[in-house]
Amino acid sequence: MDTTLEGLIELLQDVKEDVDYETCTTLIDDHVLDSFDILSIISTLNDAYDISIPAAEIVPENFNSAASLLAMVERLIDED
Amino acid sequence: MKNVLEWLEAAAGACPGKLAVADEGAELSFAELQAKAQAVGSALAPLAGAGKAVAIYAEKGADVLAAMFGIVYAGGFYSLIDTRQTKPRVESILAALAPAAVITDEANRAACLEMLAGTGYEPLMLEDLAAHAVDADALAAARAAAIDTDPLYCNFTSGSTGTPKGVLVSHRSVIDFIPVFCSTFGIREDDVIANQAPFDFDVSVKDIYSMLCMRATMQVIPRAYFSQPTLLMDFLADRGATVLVWAVSAMCFVSIMNGFGYRVPQKVRLVMFSGEVMPPKQLRIWQKWLPDATYVNLYGPTEITCNCTYYVLDREFGNDEVIPMGRPFDNERVFLLDEDDALVDAPGEVGEICVSGTALGLGYLGDAERTAAAFCQNPLNTRWLEPIYRTGDLGRIDEDGNFVYVSRKDHQIKHLGQRIELGDIEASATGVEGVERSCCLYDAKRKKIKLFYVGEIAKEELAEQLRALLPSFMVPGAIRQIDAMPLTKNGKIDRTALAELK
Repeated sequence: MDTTLEGLIELLQDVKEDVDYETCTTLIDDHVLDSFDILSIISTLNDAYDISIPAAEIVPENFNSAASLLAMVERLIDED
Repeated sequence: MKNVLEWLEAAAGACPGKLAVADEGAELSFAELQAKAQAVGSALAPLAGAGKAVAIYAEKGADVLAAMFGIVYAGGFYSLIDTRQTKPRVESILAALAPAAVITDEANRAACLEMLAGTGYEPLMLEDLAAHAVDADALAAARAAAIDTDPLYCNFTSGSTGTPKGVLVSHRSVIDFIPVFCSTFGIREDDVIANQAPFDFDVSVKDIYSMLCMRATMQVIPRAYFSQPTLLMDFLADRGATVLVWAVSAMCFVSIMNGFGYRVPQKVRLVMFSGEVMPPKQLRIWQKWLPDATYVNLYGPTEITCNCTYYVLDREFGNDEVIPMGRPFDNERVFLLDEDDALVDAPGEVGEICVSGTALGLGYLGDAERTAAAFCQNPLNTRWLEPIYRTGDLGRIDEDGNFVYVSRKDHQIKHLGQRIELGDIEASATGVEGVERSCCLYDAKRKKIKLFYVGEIAKEELAEQLRALLPSFMVPGAIRQIDAMPLTKNGKIDRTALAELK
């Protein structure tokens, strides 16, 4: 399983292109991602990392940047 | 009955202290809602009288609802402007609507001023209007002058030429539909309707007027909760929601985001959905967690006042099954016409879904040409006036007599519950310097809008420009630069060939 930041960004690019995932830390706060993008990201991450993101993790702090998403994914993989 | 305000007045008389509408921070009883609406109406009466439009630029909520009814008290009709629209789009909506006034509130004042810069409009503040003294004579005069076929609201949808279409609906259509809607599904006085839809979207008409007609309570869910499932589930449970009339995409948020794993709103007894085809897999998650609730699939475009058919689910559906659109509501006629305008009534055969009855809207505001194309005489009736609305949707009738949605006739799509003309996106893209031709496709399976273009502009730059021009739900999820558009024998863009490009 590819749990590098590059791997995650590749998955995000597939959901929505032309977003600067490397540096943006306000993906939610600045409405770069809308609720449908968030849904697509959840489905994509659940499948790619074999996790099930619980509702309590779906908060802006976790979705504002690729780095915070990766931290959440790693946490959920460890919990399994 | 000739005016929707009669429902408000009856409720304020019968149960003045009962909670009518609440949002995150405010709540209004029926008496307070009426008083606030009458104050706003009195302030507006001198400038926004009979048949005039008034726009509201604000987030949905209890006070905004009072302002909407205030506009109606003044004799006008309301149109909500989504605060997430871009400036060019707000400008084209204002140009089409030509409102007598634009209302905003303190929270949205700065953004509204920016949107109105250069349009000649100065916003009126909702807080000021609500503090106005009630002028009973002016309100009585406005009511006496009104008739039930006067417009009540105007909702804007995407249009293929790049100009938004304003769908206009009268009091009469709402007065006709809402009691049928409430009695068909048994909506009651003790119901708590949890409103998901924005007020510029006609799904909310069912929430607002069912609340008013049945003297129920409406709880307005903040938009931001639809990206934070714990807040959403707490809101539904804590506020005792019993009825949900939601967009399919909103229901999928809850099921995909594992909302029920966090908390189950146990009082929910009636769940109705519309706007897109419901994926059975997502619905089964709802059915698993709320097994005793009634689930209803609703179908209908804004032009015929909310919905014209419904299907009450009596079982779980498999992933490869399609949930039918069902049967027409009482007092609506729904039928299929083929390409030669002949009636299609054999099971399985496909035709365009057409509707006639009081439900028909008043057409597209200020656009006689597009109105005439969609609202026309029933070709099956040559003996009296019977206008029908041609939905542009293709449907068939199944073995049980239920209507079943098949697809669109044209290039209109449903994405995030929003109606989008792909031509609208193409028009914006082609308007960008450095784009020669463009063509938009929708990948329904992956729910992704793809834009193909010929031109020298870099795709990153085109994406940035489109984000400034289009509402976020219309910005393509993928953009491809190509050397030339594939063409069919007739010289049209070959969409099938485009779809096969990677």
